[in-house]
Amino acid sequence: MALLSLKDISVAYGKNVVLKNLNLDVEKGELVSLLGPSGCGKTTTLRLIGGFVEAKNGRFVFNGKDYTKIPVHKRNFGFVFQNYALFPHLTVFDNVAFGLKQRNIPKNEIKKRVMEILETVGLKDYADRSPRELSGGQKQRVALARALVIQPDLLLLDEPLSNLDAKLRVKMRLEIRKIQQEYNITAIYVTHDQEECFSISDRVAVMNNGVIEQLDTPQKIYNLPRTEFVANFVGFENFIELELEAKKIDGGFYKLKNSQRFKVTHFNGREDERYVKGAIRPEEIDILNEGGEKETNTLKGIIGISTFLGKHYQYVVETEVGRLLVNGSAHKRYVKGERVTLYFPEDKIVLV
Amino acid sequence: MKGKGKFLTLFALLVYFFLIIPLIIITGAAFGTDEFLKFPPRGFSLKWLANIFKVEMFVRTFKISLEIAVLGTVLALLVGIPAAYGLSRYDFVGKNFLQGFFLSPVLVPGIVFGFSLLNFLVIKYEMPVYTSLLVGHTVIIMPYIIRVISSSLENFDYSIEEAAISLGASKLKTFFVIVLPNIASGVIAAFILAFINSFNNVPVSIFLTGPGISTLPIQMMSYVEYYFDPTIAALSVVLMAMTIILMFIIEKTLGLSYFTK
Repeated sequence: MALLSLKDISVAYGKNVVLKNLNLDVEKGELVSLLGPSGCGKTTTLRLIGGFVEAKNGRFVFNGKDYTKIPVHKRNFGFVFQNYALFPHLTVFDNVAFGLKQRNIPKNEIKKRVMEILETVGLKDYADRSPRELSGGQKQRVALARALVIQPDLLLLDEPLSNLDAKLRVKMRLEIRKIQQEYNITAIYVTHDQEECFSISDRVAVMNNGVIEQLDTPQKIYNLPRTEFVANFVGFENFIELELEAKKIDGGFYKLKNSQRFKVTHFNGREDERYVKGAIRPEEIDILNEGGEKETNTLKGIIGISTFLGKHYQYVVETEVGRLLVNGSAHKRYVKGERVTLYFPEDKIVLV
Repeated sequence: MKGKGKFLTLFALLVYFFLIIPLIIITGAAFGTDEFLKFPPRGFSLKWLANIFKVEMFVRTFKISLEIAVLGTVLALLVGIPAAYGLSRYDFVGKNFLQGFFLSPVLVPGIVFGFSLLNFLVIKYEMPVYTSLLVGHTVIIMPYIIRVISSSLENFDYSIEEAAISLGASKLKTFFVIVLPNIASGVIAAFILAFINSFNNVPVSIFLTGPGISTLPIQMMSYVEYYFDPTIAALSVVLMAMTIILMFIIEKTLGLSYFTK
């Protein structure tokens, strides 16, 4: 049985429904990320698990017990906040010791455990400092140590790295992952940063409008998104409407609106749907010279606006089925108005 | 531009002059040897300063004013701090109304307020003079307490409280161990501001003082009706010095800019 289950959870602020019948299972020792744009309900989900938000209906079961009504201070969950939320009037040591003091642990043991955890996060020499004297990265380490020292049953992280600069973010996320695995702690991590989320998570829940659209490993989310929203979120910029014509062992044949045919290798679980959309990333589409059409998987197009992205040029290409975004090599630049043929490799099209 | 700058400087100097002249006159007169308030004073003496303590009513009402100001401020803090906390941290029906209600004593003219307290507390409920004076002062200084504490709380990030709760502290304990130490300077400032307001209050006190129980400002008013000697100037100097010292403490704990926000 899962360590943590959210069952049909709904949350609403007045008439504004934030979570709709949300279900989520997390196994012991897992790091699950909640990913999504702002306003998708990811932070609300985290705060609900933490106990700061009350569910309108549904149940939250943790370790076999109903936690729905258990107050925050009795949950024994560690919470790491986006803005660190250190106690400004206490030293680093007293910040970290705070949770242990609430648990009436003897003084010498508090000292031992605080110094141990400060060593783990690399702040052993900073115990007597005030939070004011720390950099952003150091503050976040203190916040992490403070949440970990109580040996929480669950670690909740609310966009913990979003106030740090890019390089430090990469370093810190590796550290968080390392500590999480070392302590074998179950963790839920909220972020809107895709790369950060993919790099540290065992599983990712992509959220939109108060529901989880897909809960999967980072690889599956990235390569085989199940819905148009998830596909769009992970960089599939092009969606082409397809109608099923024939199912074969090695894939399906689909008709486009302009009667062109596309062959698609993977059904992505949609072999029984007649109308689907074929999603493809801009970098997976090949640009051929005019007249390079093949029997299937090509479309004629006219180059529109182009932008330089460093590794390649990105073009807006007008086709008979609509405007598509296509990346081309940085060595050759197509000019506006040039006629080209686009090729869509059959194994790069994901049906949603 | 330079001409304009000069003009502004001159203007500012005039305003300062206008504000400070009465204070200089009073201070000067307080240390003169004349029997009447006169400026410039002749000679120098501390006899008017010493005379304050010879007027028994001044000493007695000073004590009452001090008691009322301290007790009233403490009472107002006991009610005002939880009220400010509730207003800044929770959303509830009637919040705006309550906010307006708590701040209303500043909007109603003191005389009207004092008169209605007289009618209500003293005449209708026959409350003892001392108690009604204390209640009246507690109410008039409440808005200052709530305003200053509220702005302290607004500057204090709510997630810090949530962090404490998530670490196992109850809400009540979090308030005392985490919130209160961090708004301490606001509490000190609120205390001093409320104290000064209570101590200097005339319009409300004038209705609520009764036989044998009066406040210092009221006593000073009745003194000048009969005597014209500089004792009153000397007393003013003492009160000014007291206010300046308190303001200095605020400036050192918070900075005066705290109140101009």
